[in-house]
This record gives sequence, structure tokens and C-alpha cells, in this order.
Amino acid sequence: MSSIPDNLRYASSHEWMRAESDGTYTVGISDFAQEQLGDLVFLEVPEVGRKLAAGEACAVVESVKAASDVYAPVAGEVVAANEGLSDALEQVNKDPYNAWLFRIKPSNPADVQKLMDAAAYAKSIG
Amino acid sequence: MKTTPLHETHRTAGAKLVDFAGWDMPLHYGSQIEEHHAVRRDAGMFDTSHMLAIDVEGTGARAFLRYALANNVDRLTVPGKAQYACLLAEDGGVLDDLIVYFFTEDFFRVIVNAGTADADLAWLGNLRSRIAPALNLRPRRDLAMIAVQGPNARDKTFAALPELRAAGEPLGVFFGARIGAGASERFIARTGYTGEDGFELLVPNDQVAEVWMRLTRAGVRPCGLGARDTLRLEAGMSLYGHEIDEKVTPLESGLAWTVDLKSPRDFVGKAALLARVPARQVLGLVLPPKGGVLRAHQVVHTPHGDGEITSGTFSPTLNQSVALARLPAAVAPGDTVQVAVRDKRLDARVVKPPFARHGQSKI
Repeated sequence: MSSIPDNLRYASSHEWMRAESDGTYTVGISDFAQEQLGDLVFLEVPEVGRKLAAGEACAVVESVKAASDVYAPVAGEVVAANEGLSDALEQVNKDPYNAWLFRIKPSNPADVQKLMDAAAYAKSIG
Repeated sequence: MKTTPLHETHRTAGAKLVDFAGWDMPLHYGSQIEEHHAVRRDAGMFDTSHMLAIDVEGTGARAFLRYALANNVDRLTVPGKAQYACLLAEDGGVLDDLIVYFFTEDFFRVIVNAGTADADLAWLGNLRSRIAPALNLRPRRDLAMIAVQGPNARDKTFAALPELRAAGEPLGVFFGARIGAGASERFIARTGYTGEDGFELLVPNDQVAEVWMRLTRAGVRPCGLGARDTLRLEAGMSLYGHEIDEKVTPLESGLAWTVDLKSPRDFVGKAALLARVPARQVLGLVLPPKGGVLRAHQVVHTPHGDGEITSGTFSPTLNQSVALARLPAAVAPGDTVQVAVRDKRLDARVVKPPFARHGQSKI
């Protein structure tokens, strides 16, 4: 069974978002996503300052098996990227909700509420 | 979907199962990379029961295989000796790659790939009808197969299965031995598909779960097809459907060493191979560490024309991406080529495979 913390929001493309106290949101990939991919071996994160449209491909995670795009769950600007994660990619497999990829400042914070909550995401992955 | 006699064992062990050539097979049991390292550093095992052993029995077995295979079975003179060979169509395309074992003049065994097994049987059956109608081709679906591979594979196999020691201990590389015959036969061969020492075992279907359990208890780690693929790729070995298929010849696939064109014997596909100079070849590519991951079907740009990656992955042993690619014949090891990866062109170094064997980097 995949772990799906209650305090996060989820996109149908399997990203999670966590609200930070400064109004930004941290983004990573879900436990379900890392399980599907298997051992991760490569990561490309977006540049800080990049403006993203909702659903825009902005990062790449690759496992031994396959490459997968990571999409911006909401429109906004990248305010931080976890460059150091490339040296510890096993963290994404072991602890996907702490191994974050980037932080985003949403153009419209209300967009975040349109994403799935934990119960809806759990249902969507069956 | 077809299943092997170990299917329930894999499910119980929590394997992630995938469709491989119509068979429901383990991809991994948790971590593909850890399974890969287990084989390079210690001992791992694979359920390869989806592959098929075909016994070639009767007078004229050698003459039949001499004509059917691109490698020359006349090189097999010592009982038990094995050889890697391609089965070709008349146009030189590769129908399958296989290992042939010689035991006696009227008993050879070939082990073929899962996805091609039925077509191979039909092809060989037709050939037999034409040139050797008295010969018997016996598919051995009654036997299951386990490959035990790694630097400690020998010791752990003998610890788990002491009854195989007498036959297995004296085996040289690429030799096999049969213990018993018929329904209770066991078979042990010092062959594999990982670039490590080890054995391939055939045992009756109803005994294989017990054999697997004994090997597990002896410390042999169950490994899935994921690790099998990264191990064979590091070892520079071809995978049917990737480096080779019916549209390419072995001479364009890095397998010229398996084709005997020197002896006067005729074989299926020989005329086609002699009729054209190979324009392509298979070589290795390496990316710098953290440079991304090469994948099958990516286009390779070279000064001599474009090529294509046939298999690409992240190499757990080298900690960087490696690939096999079909490239124009003029490309040479040491060259730098460009691989189209998403919206980028990445510089890759051309090398002669293998990338790794016996636990060590070869590049």
C-alpha cells in the first residue's frame, strides 16, 4: 500500500504539494509514483525563477527502467530547486515526502485547493 | 498470461510482476539495483523457466545443427561443451540467439528465448522435415530453469544442492552436464547472461520450488528481469528484439565472432551474409556520470550518419549511463557522438563492449 499523508495536496500526475509558512509550496513525487518507477538514478530540476504553467513539464526523474516527466501542479514561479537531491536519489525511493524537488510560488494560491486531497488521491490510484 | 512453476513463489516473495513475451515474470523483488549488486558482488538467481530447452535427438543431430546454425557445431568436440549461436533466416536475419550443448552425436540440447520459442520450434521442425526427417526435436516444457550467478554462485549452489557438486565442480566455462535422464533429469551448466561466473540449472517442474527455496536459504538473492537486463547490458550481451532481430544480420550486430564463414560448410543464411558488406555495427556508448540516461530508440548523430540506441540504461556498477547502439560501420571506439535525449544532444563516448564483467569496470 502506498503512503499518502493527509496534510498534502496531490496532482493526478502524482506530484504532491506541501504548504509552507511563507506562502510557497514544496513539490515532490508521491510514494505511488516512486513505486511505479523503481530505483531512481537521474534527476533534472527546474531553474529558480522559471515561470511555469499548470501542467507544464518542468522536471525529469529517471529510474533504471524509465524516464518520467514531473509536471507543475499549479501555475507559478520556481523559488527553490533541490539540486543536492541528485547525490541522494535513493531518498526519493525511501522517503518520497521529504525528498522534495522544487518549491513554487503559485500565481493564484486558490489553485492549490483544486488539487486532490489524500482521500481523493487514494481513490484515484485504486 | 503464461506462468512458470515458480510463479506462486515470486508472488509470495512480493515480486513486482510484468509481462515479458507473454509470461508473467518478476521485474524485481524490491530493488533492482540491489539485486544487480548482489550478482556482481555475491550471488543472485533468476527464474528463467520461460526459456525453452529443445533436445535434438537421433542420428544426424550434428549435421542438422551444422546446417541450421550460423556458428559451427563442429567446434564442439568434447561432451558437455556449449556454444553461443544465432539461428538465421535465408536472408541472414536473426530468428533467435541460443546456446547449443553437445553431449553425444545423437543428443544435443539448444536453449532458446521465451518470445521466439514457438517460432523456433516451427522453423526447426520445417528444416528437419526437409533435411533430417528421422531426427526428433523434443521441447522440454517439463523442465524449469534457474540461473545462479555471481562470484559466490558456485559455493552457494553446492551448499544448497550438494547433489550437484560432483557434476558441477569439474565443469569448465561453457560446459554443461546432465544428471539422470527423462522425467527426473537435472542439468547443470557453467553458462549465464550476466558476465559473472555461475550456473544455469534445469530441474523437473515439480522440484523447482524446492530448489529455489534451498538456494534462498543458502544466501542466493532472488533477482528479477530488471537486474538481468542491466547485468547483460553491462556485460555487452545482446538481447533478442533489441540488438538483434529478423531485420538485421549478426554481422551488423556485434556478433561476427559467432558466425563461422571460414569453413566450407553451408548453413542457412550463409549466402546472404556473403553477398553484402555490413554497413552497420553494434558498439557501446557511455555518458559522463550524472549526464542523464540513454534509452533504446534514441537517435545517435555521428559524422558518418545517424545510428540508434538498441538498449540503454543506468549502469549500477559504473554509476553512469551506458548503451549499446547500432552505428554506421565507420564509427570507431574513442569517437564522440551525440545522442538526442528529449530536447538535448548529449555527448557520448564510443567504446567497445563489455562495460563491466566479473565485478570490474572494463572501460
